[in-house]
Amino acid sequence: MNKTGNQEHPSPLSWLLVAIAWTSVGIPLLWGIFKTLEKAKLLFG
Amino acid sequence: MANWLSKRRTIARPNFNRWLAPPAALAIHLSIGMAYGFSVFWIPLEHAVGISESVLCATDTGDGILDSARGILGYSDSGPCDWQRSALGWLYTLFFVFLGSSAAVFGQWVEREGPRKAGVYAACCWAGGFLISAAGVYWHHIWLLWLGSGVIGGIGLGLGYISPVSTLIKWFPDRRGMATGMAIMGFGGGAMIGAPLADLLMKYYAGPDSVGVWETFVTLGAIYFVAMMGGAFGYRVPPLGWAPSGWQPKPNRKGMITTAHVHLNMAHKTPHFWLLWGVLCLNVSAGIGVIGVASPMLQEVFGGKLIGLDMPLKDLSVEQAAQVATIAAAFTGLLSLFNIAGRIVWASLSDYIGRKRTYFLFFSLGAVLYASAPFAGEIKNVALFVAIFCLILTMYGGGFATIPAYLADIFGTQFVGAIHGRLLTAWSTAGVLGPVLVNYLREYQVGLGVPVAQAYNTTMYVLAGLLVIGFFCNLAMRPVAAKYYMSDNELATERLMAHEGGLESRN
Repeated sequence: MNKTGNQEHPSPLSWLLVAIAWTSVGIPLLWGIFKTLEKAKLLFG
Repeated sequence: MANWLSKRRTIARPNFNRWLAPPAALAIHLSIGMAYGFSVFWIPLEHAVGISESVLCATDTGDGILDSARGILGYSDSGPCDWQRSALGWLYTLFFVFLGSSAAVFGQWVEREGPRKAGVYAACCWAGGFLISAAGVYWHHIWLLWLGSGVIGGIGLGLGYISPVSTLIKWFPDRRGMATGMAIMGFGGGAMIGAPLADLLMKYYAGPDSVGVWETFVTLGAIYFVAMMGGAFGYRVPPLGWAPSGWQPKPNRKGMITTAHVHLNMAHKTPHFWLLWGVLCLNVSAGIGVIGVASPMLQEVFGGKLIGLDMPLKDLSVEQAAQVATIAAAFTGLLSLFNIAGRIVWASLSDYIGRKRTYFLFFSLGAVLYASAPFAGEIKNVALFVAIFCLILTMYGGGFATIPAYLADIFGTQFVGAIHGRLLTAWSTAGVLGPVLVNYLREYQVGLGVPVAQAYNTTMYVLAGLLVIGFFCNLAMRPVAAKYYMSDNELATERLMAHEGGLESRN
């Protein structure tokens, strides 16, 4: 951060952490969406 | 441990990537969002004693009050009997009453102590509530369920819900709506993960002596504890004065995005707080009322049409009615998807078109959609009916997700989490108002002899009316008068108490 607290560029490693963190919450969320869509398709069947 | 939880320890290091903050918040919101999915336990819990079939409580004492109490508590002279749905349903009421109350009461504490401590306490309450409930099922004491998941878990819901709000708004001053939308989307999506997971676990644990609920509660409690602790320890707050590189607040001619701050204890003395309270309460009342009756409404309005038969619901065979019920369950699933999609889409859009305009869309478009629903039912157009309610549900979710950013725009960011906590009492109110309104209006219509397929028409017009009132509440929103803003001295004192005074990044 610079003197005013503004963000400089995050390191490449931090983007790896971002990917891991989003995958950790994204996989269960996508599974939940898939299960819901599986049920919802009956509405159009 | 206490040191690890302190706000000072959560100040981000230089070059911290702000995109790590939303998944931390999502981990907590996806966990507590299971509150919406608790109905998955109702049927197994109604068989917790009898296992294969429900054991009814004896109601032959001649004392109505005693019989009712036995029915609720699940005990009679001959031993334990199964709980009734009405007794279990109290958990929902407790969830939302304690969510709103704890968010209102602990909001200022969360602002001062930081999101990590709040997240850890939320994890202990929510997961601990599951463990107490497991004991309640194991020993067959319903009061342990009410205390565990309802009261203690409800407090965890409130703490967990508001824990990331202020932090996310400070990390994303350029995209406040999107940031809070991502977290609050998790609360809408929690049941989509939790309910099928609970279903799988109950099937795995079920046996000749157990319906598998208490074991599932223990497992879910452990999973949610780990997920929420991960989220809590993932939280970082930005150093004082932090802003994204190169970002400058846009000049705001109408003053609808303030750079000043209103104190928590002053916010509710402004008309703005109560107008926004009305905005949230009315938007949620309409949506929550529909969610509660979505399944029976679709079945009663369309009946056999849902399976290609031109017959009302009452004339269908048991098998046909079951088919219709399955399709109606699919409808509620689809609504939940649109509910969460609306949270991220509308909240993100509000960053571009402004909060006031976003709520104008909710209230004007929403009122038109509610008023159009009876027409779609009358012409028996299932696709149009479903599309109307899916769009309505996006705006229900969008209303939740956009309100923290609206509060930050109007009252500043210093107390936004705590003010949001107090505003959530509107949700608790709507949680009672919406379903009561929808259910009683329907019953009243049926009592007047209106066919069940048309019994929701008046209800829809009344809900449209609620949105019209909400439209005027939103229309009346103006910038807060300067007399309500904190002085520089007050702000400095508050920042000192919130452990922010003079803080730069942690090195």
